[in-house]
Amino acid sequence: MSINRRQFLRRAGVITALGLGSSFVISGFRKKEVAEAAGFAKAPKDMPAKRWAMVVDMSKFKTEADMNKVVEACHKLHNVPDFGNPKDEIKWIWKDDYHHTFAGGFNEYLDENVMHSPFLVTCNHCDNPPCVKACPTQATFKRPDGIVAMDFHRCIGCRFCMAACPFSARSFNFKDPRTHIDEISPEYPTRTPGVVEKCNFCYERLADGLQPVCVEQSNGGLIFGDLDDPNSEVRKIISTKLTIRRKPELGTQPCVYYLVGGGEHD
Amino acid sequence: MYKGGKIIASLIIFAALFTIPFFYNMGKVNAGPDVALDTPAIQRLPASEQQCVESPEFMKENHMQLLNQWREEAVRNGQTVYINSQGKKFDISLQDTCLKCHATESASNPVVLNNPANSTGVSNPALNASPEFCASCHDYSAVKPLCWTCHFEPKEAVK
Ligand code: SF4
Ligand code: SF4
Ligand code: SF4
Repeated sequence: MSINRRQFLRRAGVITALGLGSSFVISGFRKKEVAEAAGFAKAPKDMPAKRWAMVVDMSKFKTEADMNKVVEACHKLHNVPDFGNPKDEIKWIWKDDYHHTFAGGFNEYLDENVMHSPFLVTCNHCDNPPCVKACPTQATFKRPDGIVAMDFHRCIGCRFCMAACPFSARSFNFKDPRTHIDEISPEYPTRTPGVVEKCNFCYERLADGLQPVCVEQSNGGLIFGDLDDPNSEVRKIISTKLTIRRKPELGTQPCVYYLVGGGEHD
Repeated sequence: MYKGGKIIASLIIFAALFTIPFFYNMGKVNAGPDVALDTPAIQRLPASEQQCVESPEFMKENHMQLLNQWREEAVRNGQTVYINSQGKKFDISLQDTCLKCHATESASNPVVLNNPANSTGVSNPALNASPEFCASCHDYSAVKPLCWTCHFEPKEAVK
């Protein structure tokens, strides 16, 4: 038996049509969307804001122990693992020296104290965040309240955001973090290997009407509030005192401000 | 056809081998998953909280889509409260809402703790043999959700 080209094409067409048609009969009429959801709302205690920001007053941190307390509180609450070596280190908030914190701000007559004392640094939740632009999956995104947040579910671990962030505020999980957490905090999920993480301005606490845990533990050294609100403490400090930001020349518009000289403010 | 007989015979043998599992299982009744909807964890809750966020039929069919919606709204839009079709409000939280009922209560069970999939002593409702909910159906349908690599069981259950 032999068939010619025309017959072959006709038969192939019929079989394809049958195949497509029957798969449509099986799956095509199924409901695709969840229609029953009636709606969503903000948590009742959720604190609304237009632009969350933080002021760091280093003069309130008398000893390194004061700083460690803040770092530990954050890392404990958010199940940040400790791998015990700098290569795998995961950090949401940490201490760094003057040169790394304010690169380019050096002059040789700078106060010895300032130059050799550590600064607390974290994600700046930039107004113009390069990490968000670099992220190909929108796992990193900017919320309407200014927080640069992450959807860990969606992170594919490409690390573009780490390359894009000029502040090294992001860390990558090379290994399973769960096995390197001393004491699990059930308040916040852990991460998996292959996921990037960073400070989230404690948005899970803001939804419960609470301040970030680092602010709570800082004895007034960290001040948190809505920069858009003219009566907020952060706004008053920033508009009346001299504050500096990290690497402002890069144009990312950091929203973590460092109070120069410290001293009194209300 | 060149060597037609051999080709057709081989094809028949191939088709027969390939379909053996299908014919082998044909007609046998398969015991479905054993889902208990009335567990001690549920009985302990007040009557007003014994209902799931939506009807059981809806949840059986759509819980994955619903969870996706919850994740999207909570993580990306900051909407952490779900208002169901009856107008009742629920916190969007696997740990504090879903697992109030859907828990294995096995966090203290040595078999569970020694399972390497449950690092740091946190039990994994999606993996552990449990007569209830998640694991029973997921085992039956060979689905392995990854929720518990990050999320936890309810606070009381975590050591
Ligand atoms: S500090 Fe880095 S991670 Fe944070 S928002 Fe700015 S660019 Fe992104
Ligand atoms: S590592 Fe994750 S968050 Fe970073 S750019 Fe890639 S997908 Fe986005
Ligand atoms: S705001 Fe929250 S997440 Fe960010 S450093 Fe402070 S405690 Fe950590």
